[in-house]
Amino acid sequence: MDWHQQYIGKVKHAVFHTQKTGRKRVVVSTEENVIASLDLRHGEIFWRHVLGINDVVDGIDIALDVITLSSDGSTLRAWNLPDGQMVWESFLRGSKHSKPLLLVPTNLKVDKDSLILVSSKGCLHAVSSIDGEILWTRDFAAESVEVQQVIQLDESDQIYVVGYAGSSQFHAYQINAMNGELLNHETAAFSGGFVGDVALVSSDTLVTLDTTRSILVTVSFKNRKIAFQETHLSNLGEDSSGMVEILPSSLTGMFTVKINNYKLFIRLTSEDKLEVVHKVDHETVVSDALVFSEGKEAFAVVEHGGSKVDITVKPGQDWNNNLVQESIEMDHQRGLVHKVFINNYLRTDRSHGFRALIVMEDHSLLLVQQGKIVWNREDALASIIDVTTSELPVEKEGVSVAKVEHSLFEWLKGHMLKLKGTLMLASPEDVAAIQAIRLKSSEKSKMTRDHNGFRKLLIVLTKARKIFALHSGDGRVVWSLLLHKSEACDSPTELNLYQWQTPHHHAMDENPSVLVVGRCGVSSKAPAILSFVDTYTGKELNSFDLVHSAVQVMPLPFTDSTEQRLHLLVDDDRRIHLYPKTSEAISIFQQEFSNIYWYSVEADNGIIKGHAVKSKCAGEVLDDFCFETRVLWSIIFPMESEKIIAAVSRKQNEVVHTQAKVTSEQDVMYKYISKNLLFVATVAPKASGHIGSADPDEAWLVVYLIDTITGRILHRMTHHGAQGPVHAVLSENWVVYHYFNLRAHRYEMSVTEIYDQSRAENKDVLKLVLGKHNLTAPVSSYSRPEITTKSQTYFFTHSVKAVAVTSTAKGITSKQLLIGTIGDQVLALDKRFLDPRRSINPTQAEKEEGIIPLADSLPIIPQSYVTHSLKVEGLRGILTVPAKLESTTLVFAYGVDLFYTRLAPSRTYDSLTEDFSYALLLLTIVALVAAIFVTWVLSEKKELREKWR
Amino acid sequence: MASIIRSKSVLSVFFINLFLSLVSSAVAVSSGSGDGFSISGRVKLPGMSLKAFGSPGGKASNVKVVLNGGEHVTFLRPDGYFSFQNMSAGTHLIEVAAIGYFFSPVRVDVSARHPGKVQAALTETRRGLNELVLEQLREEQYYEIREPFSIMSLVKSPMGLMMGFMLVVVFLMPKLMENMDPEEMRRAQEEMRSQGVPSLANLIPGAGRS
Repeated sequence: MDWHQQYIGKVKHAVFHTQKTGRKRVVVSTEENVIASLDLRHGEIFWRHVLGINDVVDGIDIALDVITLSSDGSTLRAWNLPDGQMVWESFLRGSKHSKPLLLVPTNLKVDKDSLILVSSKGCLHAVSSIDGEILWTRDFAAESVEVQQVIQLDESDQIYVVGYAGSSQFHAYQINAMNGELLNHETAAFSGGFVGDVALVSSDTLVTLDTTRSILVTVSFKNRKIAFQETHLSNLGEDSSGMVEILPSSLTGMFTVKINNYKLFIRLTSEDKLEVVHKVDHETVVSDALVFSEGKEAFAVVEHGGSKVDITVKPGQDWNNNLVQESIEMDHQRGLVHKVFINNYLRTDRSHGFRALIVMEDHSLLLVQQGKIVWNREDALASIIDVTTSELPVEKEGVSVAKVEHSLFEWLKGHMLKLKGTLMLASPEDVAAIQAIRLKSSEKSKMTRDHNGFRKLLIVLTKARKIFALHSGDGRVVWSLLLHKSEACDSPTELNLYQWQTPHHHAMDENPSVLVVGRCGVSSKAPAILSFVDTYTGKELNSFDLVHSAVQVMPLPFTDSTEQRLHLLVDDDRRIHLYPKTSEAISIFQQEFSNIYWYSVEADNGIIKGHAVKSKCAGEVLDDFCFETRVLWSIIFPMESEKIIAAVSRKQNEVVHTQAKVTSEQDVMYKYISKNLLFVATVAPKASGHIGSADPDEAWLVVYLIDTITGRILHRMTHHGAQGPVHAVLSENWVVYHYFNLRAHRYEMSVTEIYDQSRAENKDVLKLVLGKHNLTAPVSSYSRPEITTKSQTYFFTHSVKAVAVTSTAKGITSKQLLIGTIGDQVLALDKRFLDPRRSINPTQAEKEEGIIPLADSLPIIPQSYVTHSLKVEGLRGILTVPAKLESTTLVFAYGVDLFYTRLAPSRTYDSLTEDFSYALLLLTIVALVAAIFVTWVLSEKKELREKWR
Repeated sequence: MASIIRSKSVLSVFFINLFLSLVSSAVAVSSGSGDGFSISGRVKLPGMSLKAFGSPGGKASNVKVVLNGGEHVTFLRPDGYFSFQNMSAGTHLIEVAAIGYFFSPVRVDVSARHPGKVQAALTETRRGLNELVLEQLREEQYYEIREPFSIMSLVKSPMGLMMGFMLVVVFLMPKLMENMDPEEMRRAQEEMRSQGVPSLANLIPGAGRS
C-alpha cells in the first residue's frame, strides 16, 4: 500500500574503496548535501547522511575513515567506513574566505595516524585522522595570501602551498607537513596578474591565466626559484576570443582549457613548451588521473557519438594510446555526460581493468564496466521541484482478434508456469517469470484506472529538468522525459507544473497533459518557456520560448471544448497573457472579462496588491492575447515594523461538503467559505532572523486574513513575543499556522476559524417556511458579510518543515493535518485537536459532538506517524490528492527520499478494511444456510409427528 | 569529557553530576573568545553505553542534533557527544531527531554578559538541566500491535455472536422444551394453536402444507 524510495542526488565527488577484500564500495557526496556509501556491485546504499541545508560538502576523501570537508571549509568530519557512524568532528577557524581544499597526503604517517591537510578560510590546518585533533595551523590570511593549491612533494613530508596576494603577487611556501615548520618562502610578482583556476601539471609547475584571459602563464617554482613563462593562446593556433577558462584537473603534464564551446588538451613538453594535444567539443568529459600499479597513471575521456557514449581510458601523458576503449548504448533521455570517475580492478589474468562511474545531465548515476551498464540510479528524484497527478487510462473493453490469440497463448503459458510452480517443478527462471506475471496482474500496479481511484500517475518535475511519471501503486517510473533544450536558451530552469488538459467529460480521446513553466535564466524577468507533456506517453507535445516573462501563472476555472484549461501568465510589466492562444479561448475569456481578479505579494516591499483586467495591450504589434491590467487595491505594511514572511491561500480544487456546522446546542453556525481568502503573516524585521536572535519584547507576529477581491482585511491578530518561520495551511473556513513563541521558548500552533454571521438568523424555522431567508442569495465578495472568528493556540513540540491537510473527493470525511517534523517524519494530527471550541471541561453534549478537553499542547502519538519508522530525509513538501473513494486520501511526501501512502482520516467507513476476513463471512453464511436446512427438516419431522398423534 | 574541550576556544562544558539534576538551573563555566561560543552536550540513548554499537537499542549513527529548527545539523560521536561551534549569545533551541525515541527540545541560553554562562532547560517538562545530557522522554512505537489470532476474538466479533446465538437456538431450545413438564407442554401447545402463532415450519414456503 505504501512505498518508500531512497535517493542521494547529483553526485559531486566520488571516492572508490576497492583495495581490500570484502565489500567494494564508492563513497559519494552530492549536491543535496548527502554523503553516502554505495555498493559497487548493485548501487544500493550502505549508509547515508543528509547534512544541514547550509552544510555544503566541499571535499571528500578516504583516510582510514571517510573524511568530509563542508560548510565552506569550516567543518571537518570523519565517518566510519563500514557503518557510517561519525567518528569525530572538528571545527576549523579562520578569518577570511578562501577556496576550501582537502588533501590527504600519501605516506605521511606517524604511528598509524595519517595527516589530513585542509586549507580553508585563509589558513592551512593539519588534522590528525584518528581523533580530529588540529596538530598545527598556519595563517596565510595575515600575509593576505589566498591559497590556490596545496601540493605534496614526491611523497615526502614536504608540502608546497602556493597562492596569490592581490592578483599579481605569487607566493610559494615550502612547509614541513609534520610540524608546520616553514622551510622556505619565495615570492615573485607577475605584471599581467592572475585570474581563474590553476591547473597543476607537475609537483612544481602550474598553469594559470593572466587577467586578459589570452595568455597562459606557466609558473614553475622548483629549486627555490619562481619562474614565469607566457604563452599566447594565439601562438597555439587557437582563437582566444570569448570565454577562456582553465578547468581544474589533476593530470600529470597535461591540462584542459575551455574556450567557448570546445576544449583543448594542452601538454607541457620536456622543454617547458606548451603544445595542443587534442581538441574536442565541450560535451567531452575527462576524469581525474588515477594512479594504479607502481605509479602508472590513467584517465578516462568520455565522448558522445550519436546515441552512443565512447569511454576511452588513456595512460597518463600519452594521448595516442588507449588502455580501454568501450562504447555503450545510452538512453538519450539521460542527456549529456557531466562527470566521470574511474577506478581500476585486477582481472583474473592479472591485467588491469577499469570501471567508470558516470554522472549524467539528468543527475542519474551509472556504473560502466566492460562496455556494459552494471547499474544505474535515477537520482534526479532527490530534487523534486513540483508534483501533480494524472489519471491513468480507462480500461479498454473492445479487444481485437489478434490480441485474443496472443493473450490466449500467453494465458496458456502462464497457467503452465503456475502449474509447474505448484508441482515444484519450476526452475529459477520460471519462478521469476511467475513472479513477474503476478506483479503485472496484481491489482495495485496495473496501468489502468481503478474503481476507487487509488491508482494514479504522480508527475514530478525535478531540478535536472527531467519529468518522471511514478505509478502510485508501487512507485516505479512509468516514463521519464528530459525536457528539450532549445538553442535560444543556455541555462533554462524549470519552475512549476500545471494540469493543462484533463479530459473527463468531453474530448475523451485526448490524452491528459501537463504544462511545464520554466524560465531562461535565474532572474524573474527572464523570458518564460512553456512545454506541454502528454502524461500517458511521456512525449513532449509542444514547447515555446516566449518573449515575455512569467512572474505568476494562474490557472483559470474555465476550459475550452477540448478541456484545455485556460491559463493566464503575468509578466514583469504587469501585463497578462492568455494561453492557449486560440480564438475559442479568447471568446471564453471575453465573457468572464470582468470577473477575473488576482493578487500579488511583493514580500520585499511589503505590499499586497489586487488586480483586474483593464483592456487589450496597446503596442505596435497587435496581440489579441495580451491584456493590460489595473491595480484595484493595495495593502502596504509598514516596513519598519512588519515584514511579510508567509502568504498562503486555499487550494483551488478543494471541495467543501457543507457550509453549515451544527453544534451541540442544536445551533447552526455558517462557515465563511471563500475561495479568495489569503493568509498573510508578518514579523518584526528585527525578529526575522533565526530563533533566539531577537528579544521577546521586540518580536511580534501579526497574522491577517485578507479577501483578495476587495482587499478587505477580515481578521487581524498579533502574537507578541513570537517569530517565524511560519508554516500555514488554509482550508475550508480555517487556517492553522505554526510559529515560535520566544517567551515560552516553544513552538506553537494556532487555529483560527471564520464564521459568517449574516446567515446566522436563518435558523428561524418560520422564516425558512415563509421564504424570508437569504440562503439562496449569491455569495459574493462585494457583499460585506458580518463575520466572527474564533481562535485557539496550543504548544507543539517539534520544528516543522512542511504542513498539509488531507483532501477527499467530496469533503465529507474529517480532516487531518499532515505535519512534516524536523526528524523528517510525517505526523497525522486530527483537526479535532485544533478546534477553537475546545474547553477545559466540555459539557456532555459537547463531548458527544467529539470535542476534546483542552490541553496546553498538541499530543504526539507515535502510531499516528504516517511514515511509521521510516524517514523522508530532507523533507520538503507533502502533497495530498483525493481518491475517488470518499474516505481515502493519497499522500505523497518528497525530499531526498520519496514516500507514498493512503490515508483514511475517519477510518475506511465506505469500504472493508484489508484485514477483513472473507473466510469468516463465508463460513457464517454456509453455517446459517446449513442451520436453516437442519431446522427445516427437524421442524417438518416434528410437524409430521404432531399430525400422526 | 576531555574529548570535547580539545579545540582552543571551547567555552562551555557541562560538568557531569547526575545527582544534582533536581536543581532547576545550571551553571557552566568556560572561557570566552571573540569567535563566538560553543555548545557541547551529550545524547544518551538506552543501551548505548551498555551494549556494543549497532545494537538495536542505541544506534548513534542515525541520530541528528538540530539547532534552531535546521540552522545547523550535527551528528553524534560514538560516545554520544555533540557540539555546536561559533554560536552567538542568546537563546537557542536544540532538538534531537532519533527514530524510535521522543526527545524534548532543549532551550539553551548563552549569556552575553557573563561569557560562557550557559543555561539549559527541557521545554516540554520545563525541567532545568545541570548538564547538557539529553535523554529520551519515551520510546515510540510506530506500529499498532496486531492482535494475535485467538478463538475469543472470533467469538466476540458480531458474526461470532450471531453464530453463537444461532447455535443456542438450534441446540439448546429443543433441550429446554424436552425438560418441560409434558402437561405444561401440552397446555402451552394448545394455547399456541388457539392463538395461531405460526411455527417455524409455516414460515418456510413449501414446508407449511399440512
